[in-house]
Amino acid sequence: MDIVTQAIEGGFADPVFDAQTVFRAVMDAMARPGKLQPLPVFTRPPTPLSATAGAIALALCDNDTPLWLDPALQASATVKSWLGFHTGAPLANTPADAHFALIATPAEMMALDGFSQGTQDYPDRSTTLILEVSDLVSGAPLLLEGPGIEKTATIAPAQMPRHFVEQWKQNNQRFPRGVDIILATSEAIACLPRTTRIKTMEA
Amino acid sequence: MTAQPTDIATYNFAYLDEQTKRMIRRAILKGIAIPGYQVPFASREMPMPYGWGTGGVQVTASIIGPDDVLKVIDQGADDTTNAVSIRAFFKKVANVAVTTETAKATIIQTRHRIPEHPLSAGQVLVYQVPIPEPLRFLEPRETETRKMHALEEYGLIHVKLYEDIAKHGRIATTYAYPVKVEGRYVMDPSPTPKFDNPKMHRSPALQLFGAGREKRIYALPPFTDVVSLDFEDHPFEVQTFDQPCALCAAENVYLDEVILDDHGGHMFVCSDTDHCEKRREQGHRGHLAPEIPLALEKTEPAQ
Repeated sequence: MDIVTQAIEGGFADPVFDAQTVFRAVMDAMARPGKLQPLPVFTRPPTPLSATAGAIALALCDNDTPLWLDPALQASATVKSWLGFHTGAPLANTPADAHFALIATPAEMMALDGFSQGTQDYPDRSTTLILEVSDLVSGAPLLLEGPGIEKTATIAPAQMPRHFVEQWKQNNQRFPRGVDIILATSEAIACLPRTTRIKTMEA
Repeated sequence: MTAQPTDIATYNFAYLDEQTKRMIRRAILKGIAIPGYQVPFASREMPMPYGWGTGGVQVTASIIGPDDVLKVIDQGADDTTNAVSIRAFFKKVANVAVTTETAKATIIQTRHRIPEHPLSAGQVLVYQVPIPEPLRFLEPRETETRKMHALEEYGLIHVKLYEDIAKHGRIATTYAYPVKVEGRYVMDPSPTPKFDNPKMHRSPALQLFGAGREKRIYALPPFTDVVSLDFEDHPFEVQTFDQPCALCAAENVYLDEVILDDHGGHMFVCSDTDHCEKRREQGHRGHLAPEIPLALEKTEPAQ
């Protein structure tokens, strides 16, 4: 299949209702951090962009939202033209300009503080990171608390960024500035908004 | 679901175009991530005037799907002009099921009340907000109030409450009573009576606030600390009523005064009509309840 066909095919079959379903899953995940929201497959993006991450991008991004792609995605011309065709989102020159960042290999990603953190006046002007992870059970368990969580929640996302717990603590300390994370596996999503605190597990 | 060959085909689903929905959806996500912070958004003209709930309508239109069940209340009532119009609007442009029963709704759009029936985890409460900025009547400049929020400089609002005490001997603010969210942002809970403030604290439902004219969206995720501002020697108190509802005899609910004649006759009835009807169906009767039992259609399915 040539690059043009790959760039055009695999978008939402029913853009209005697919986008609504994906958004509601993201909204519920953001409102209940650490709780898995199942998401059926809506898109068939070219690799290494996953179907879930692709669906989130299609539901939320458009020509108002500069996108930043991590090196693995950046290397694929097909991914760039697929996102360009379906969302119209421009690519951000630097991570600090991005409204959304798509990360295919979180374990190798740059530090969280390299992305836009928003300002003290406008903390909403920050980057939302969409991390592709293989699952939410096989990594180091994270005990979560904060708004949206009744007592505590636990997820164990695989292939998380290096020193993630320490980085996330710093992200918490920047509140109200900071980044928000959407974790995307092949069949579900979970979110870590900047208000969520990771409690260190007692050994 | 494919579009029905009806008159809704001339509109996009839920009235707004997809780019507008994406913009509002992004604002909602930021609002949830920063509880109590007012996210600016590009509010659209809606087919109703500002002040009639255009903010709430835009939020509802951006989150609603074909499987949702919508309830709309205006000061607690399902049967007032605003509530009926907005319900009819979404029945037409989104073809969703509508209900008046709090427990059956997945999305409840509200003007100035929180239902008496406790909300549950799957529900979303959408508030229509006229003035989202709690500091606006103390400081008219947006540049200044934004700085005050940024620096967490909320002394002024405590002075306002203190002046109430100095003048009236108690905090006389009865609605739009300011709250502090997760110990950080001071937020206007919209002009709900302060009676409803405790219901916002650690509610299992997601609460979204839309201000159309003022172009702001803010949110409270479930289980978020929402504390009404007060003083140690003047703790926050809600309104109390010295008589029960005249129709359903409910106590500890918010009551409206209804004038009955021009000789000073009046009665106090539940502001939440659904709650009142439910209680009367269960056989509770106040001293002015009519003899004829109610027979109301509560839920209309999608066409």
